[in-house]
Amino acid sequence: MSRRPFVRPVSRTRWYFKHPRYLRYMSREVTCVFIGAFTLLLLCAVERLSEGQAAYESFLAAIGGPWSALGLSIVLIFVVHNAISWFNVTPKALPVQIGEGFLPGRFIVAAHYAVWILISLAVLFFAGVL
Amino acid sequence: MNERMVQLDVLRYDPQVDDEPHFQHYEVPCKEEWVVLDALNAIKESIDPTLNYRWSCHMAVCGSCGMMINGEPRLSCHAFLRDFEGVIRVEPLANFPIERDLVTVADDFIDKLKRVKPYLIPGETRSIDEGEYIQTPAQLMKYRHFSMCINCMLCYAACPQYALQPLFLGPAAITLAHRYNLDSRDGGRDERQQVIATNEGVWECSFVGACSEVCPKAVDPAGALQQVKVASTLDWFREHLLPGDTK
Amino acid sequence: MAKSNKPIVWSLFAAGGTLAALLAPVLVLLFLLAALGHAPGLLSYAQLHAFAAHPLGKLFLLTVIALFLWHAAHRLRVALHDFGLRQDRIVAVIVYLVAATGTALSVLYLTRI
Ligand code: SF4
Ligand code: FES
Repeated sequence: MSRRPFVRPVSRTRWYFKHPRYLRYMSREVTCVFIGAFTLLLLCAVERLSEGQAAYESFLAAIGGPWSALGLSIVLIFVVHNAISWFNVTPKALPVQIGEGFLPGRFIVAAHYAVWILISLAVLFFAGVL
Repeated sequence: MNERMVQLDVLRYDPQVDDEPHFQHYEVPCKEEWVVLDALNAIKESIDPTLNYRWSCHMAVCGSCGMMINGEPRLSCHAFLRDFEGVIRVEPLANFPIERDLVTVADDFIDKLKRVKPYLIPGETRSIDEGEYIQTPAQLMKYRHFSMCINCMLCYAACPQYALQPLFLGPAAITLAHRYNLDSRDGGRDERQQVIATNEGVWECSFVGACSEVCPKAVDPAGALQQVKVASTLDWFREHLLPGDTK
Repeated sequence: MAKSNKPIVWSLFAAGGTLAALLAPVLVLLFLLAALGHAPGLLSYAQLHAFAAHPLGKLFLLTVIALFLWHAAHRLRVALHDFGLRQDRIVAVIVYLVAATGTALSVLYLTRI
């Protein structure tokens, strides 16, 4: 009897449609595009800042308006998605063992959320929003 | 006891006749409390003795009955019929070649398992007179959940990186290496790191997390692999930035 | 198989991911407010310039820009692979080059302030 194992083909470009959890994973991975784009915007701001008041203020004017606001809102959604998906898995990477047990993961996650909120409030306060 | 007709679409493949697998439809009377494996056994006993599949313990211990059930890697002895509606689609475990019907070729996994040396390599050799290797409960807890693996390969069937890059060592093998690396009695970490801290080892993992979602024994391989990344990163900085250590 | 050198980029990715998780949402929010015509005081020229002129402000901006960039670059490399682009070596060179250039540029700009 001869063996003739059958290898099922795998799509290299559409595999993530096979299961919702793969789509969830890809939605996390694409957050990098938005983080990258926003960082380039930051870099731009710093560059204009180094060129003086007029340059910087024209930059500020250029990012004003509904289309920018829409774009930044979309960026905001994705960076929040990155934050949530990042914090939620922290206990996996850095479990905390106490004696013969582990600190329940939800405490580690909660601690991260707490720090996130505190830092965000601090930045808003420092920036003069609050 | 209640009985009902259960419908299954089972992927069949006969290497001597078929060029590719095809679904075969079965209808079989099943008891309410049965699992998918019971339904397959009923088919084999009373409808179609040619159906091939692996199983042994019928209690989620031996790890041999893994299948894709409605597209999800499951132990068929642990997939209760009452949780399914309509036709149940049963296929061999994804990401492994099909030997025949629901039987897959597991050689790749077995080979990878061997390569990570999943056994205790004592740090210090003790003679029998010196007694056993002592371990405290806290030291045991460090790795206990990683030692629950039954080698069912469901995590490999769920892992898209293994599907895309078959050279990837994969979740269970790296997790098992980590389990021994964490063992206070073990001294084999350096040897195992040579195998798992490689591009085709842990660094092929992109933390999809699917492995931990499908693992029937709550082993959390995704967590293990993240911990291996952290530890291997610390190793790297120690090996490359600390003077004198050239290993 | 030799041990991997990915820890270099992975540690930057992980550090950047943590920093981005903690800071990116609120920073984006500041710019969003500016786009909506309610620019926070910090984003005014005078305040932001004073902030960036201070060594600690420079360090903050440099850390944020560099780590965000390296985080995004590494994840983009993996994502492109996931989308089916198999030229990993070329992709890696390009994305890391962009991250390195961005880091260098931010140093350059910040020293000019
Ligand atoms: S880690 Fe879990 S899913 Fe993977 S082989 Fe072990 S028991 Fe099965
Ligand atoms: S038959 Fe042993 S695990 Fe299912």
